[in-house]
Amino acid sequence: MDKKKPSLNIPDAPYRPGDEASFESWPWQPGDLEMPDPRKCGSEDTVPHAAGLIRVLGDDNKASGAWDPGLGADELRQGLEYMVRLRIFDDRMMKMQRTGKLSFYMRSYGEECVAIAQTMALESQDWIFPTYRQPGAQFVRGRDMVSMICHCIGNVEDNIKGRQMPVHYSYREGRFISVSSPVGTQFSQAVGVAMASQYKGLDEVTITWIGDGASAEGDYHYALNFASVYKAPVILNVVNNQWAISTHANFATGGGEFASRGLPYGLASLRVDGNDFLALYSVTKWARQRAAAGAGATHIEVLTYRAGAHSSSDDPSRYRPGDEHTKWPGGDPVERLRDHLIEIGEWSEEKHTELEKRIDEEVMSAYKEAVSHGDLATGPYPSSDTIFTEVYQEMPWHLEEQFNEMMEESDG
Amino acid sequence: MANMNMIQSLNNALDIMLENDDGVIVFGEDVGYFGGVFRTTDGLQAKHGEHRVFDSPLSEGGILSAAFGMGLNGLRPVVEIQFADYIFPAYDQIVNELAKIRHRSGGEFWSPVTVRTPAGGGIRGGHHHSQSPESQFTHTPGLKVAYCSTPFNAKGLLISAIESNDPVIFFEPKRCYRGPFYGDPHNVPTWEGHPEAEVPEAHYSIPLGEARLAMEGDDCTVISWGAMVHVCEQAIKDSGVSCDLIDLQTLVPWDRDAIIKSIEKTGRCVIVHEAPKTSGFGAEMAASIQERCFYHLESPIERVTGWDTPFPHTTEWDYMPGPSRIAAAIHRTQVN
Repeated sequence: MDKKKPSLNIPDAPYRPGDEASFESWPWQPGDLEMPDPRKCGSEDTVPHAAGLIRVLGDDNKASGAWDPGLGADELRQGLEYMVRLRIFDDRMMKMQRTGKLSFYMRSYGEECVAIAQTMALESQDWIFPTYRQPGAQFVRGRDMVSMICHCIGNVEDNIKGRQMPVHYSYREGRFISVSSPVGTQFSQAVGVAMASQYKGLDEVTITWIGDGASAEGDYHYALNFASVYKAPVILNVVNNQWAISTHANFATGGGEFASRGLPYGLASLRVDGNDFLALYSVTKWARQRAAAGAGATHIEVLTYRAGAHSSSDDPSRYRPGDEHTKWPGGDPVERLRDHLIEIGEWSEEKHTELEKRIDEEVMSAYKEAVSHGDLATGPYPSSDTIFTEVYQEMPWHLEEQFNEMMEESDG
Repeated sequence: MANMNMIQSLNNALDIMLENDDGVIVFGEDVGYFGGVFRTTDGLQAKHGEHRVFDSPLSEGGILSAAFGMGLNGLRPVVEIQFADYIFPAYDQIVNELAKIRHRSGGEFWSPVTVRTPAGGGIRGGHHHSQSPESQFTHTPGLKVAYCSTPFNAKGLLISAIESNDPVIFFEPKRCYRGPFYGDPHNVPTWEGHPEAEVPEAHYSIPLGEARLAMEGDDCTVISWGAMVHVCEQAIKDSGVSCDLIDLQTLVPWDRDAIIKSIEKTGRCVIVHEAPKTSGFGAEMAASIQERCFYHLESPIERVTGWDTPFPHTTEWDYMPGPSRIAAAIHRTQVN
């Protein structure tokens, strides 16, 4: 047999360093897609929604179409404030990381809208099962920034006692479930959380997210199947931000499609502009109504772009053009909501600048208060017994013995 | 000879094997265009082509099952699991499939996969970027398990692993990628000038199953692997006790003869590993040592290990065995 040349199909990213990124503008416009009745809608009714893109905010900064949630100006300004807060908070944390005050950081840059708009569309009893890219949900649920910073710098006030890396928040009071580093695991677990609500007969919905990259993990497929089989009241979001560290979304699925992968599982499946606050709010509200009505899970592709690095350990200039995010057809989520509010006469450049200044001061003041309890560079740290506590509900003899051994060694 | 850090020597080993054997292919998350999050595969795709070195979906189970199939069909895949903590979605493929195929098929099929994976703590990685799960693989018949500690043995062991027709789980102590680690987080030496960083540029191999005598002494045998080898070196110096320091290098099959020989000389033994104590590989060694050397032992075998808890973030230096804990254990063996 003649030896042929290797013919493995190895995908590539659309643009690499040195290339000029130029995305085609989107063919989808607000008003393209109808809003089906959420209580009756099945997967077959969402075929156009999985192939298209749900948008509300047009290029003219106006809101239109069947998916316009009709939010009042106060709610929109509240959403904008949360997003601005997250961006400024992230920038401050990244600066602190560079000075060694915390070991590591991950920003939500370019994706601030995702968790904030979606959490605002839920009820307070709903469960949030996040990845590391949805910390913004905590603002909506009322978490204090000092407490968030204390976690990130792993000081004595860290509510998870210095056990996990920064950004691995846990906030039970806000029904925001502990973040885990292994990607994808939360996605199928969220279905279980939702099944428990179903079992208990409670009006609770669970929302979860997974990245485009992690949708290649088995957990993604477990989630879709279980959610479909048990009609679980869960909102399954695939945040397609194009990049998983250096791995482009082209490696996550050969077909280039994310939203429509829910259809053969029998799940209502939509694609939404992830930088459009109004559209995201609206589809989430709709998915919640479906879930609450017993119509089952909704699978949503949130189309966005990871404008920043994956984490403080990453250097995206090695694998994509540095300005690629500025070419993204979906623009910037904060600017788009700001511009919409200005367009409808409910906001101004001056007010925006004032808002940024006020939040910058609030973040700075929270930071100062948090570091007064210690930071990773200089301590004080959570006491060493936190290594041994809560491994089990009660400490077994062998851990007690090891704890005593550690204390004796440190005395010696 | 060239001075290399561990990243460079591993990269060099992969480069040589890609050059020598068309069947060698390298893939995993971020290993292709980007060259790996730790830079271990830097430049290899550009040099050897995208059919030889490529990115994979984020799917450890997928990586291992694809590698398994490629190995069945005559290739020699070298895959990377980005952190050992993330190997578990692939655990079924490794434990039930890769490890057992030769045996279950009566020797008709085998799959010579090498799984490279950065392991161990010391980088403030918290629960999920710090674990050292070697004993979860040493407990699986059919797998070979290697754990390098220096640029020199990293290259020689990796070449042996790739050339092996058995599957090998190859642990790389990420804390030692750019320099040895002596247990003091504020002291960050590089590999420059270290004798074990003088690496021949040509092909060489270190047989799987052979330990390395890292220090020679008379009064105690200290056994370790990975980053802890260097911490032990510091502890031995601090203790003032004359010790053999044995760097195990391969855990399955392990070099029992080298250890018996040393303990017959010293009569005392300390085993050190980062992984938790319960069912750690130190337990297996201690049991085997007492079977073979009971009448040579002058004092109980000591184990210094990570605690039986998840690996912490902020307090990681209280978790990882440090020179003082190890030195104290060495002293305890000297009492009788």
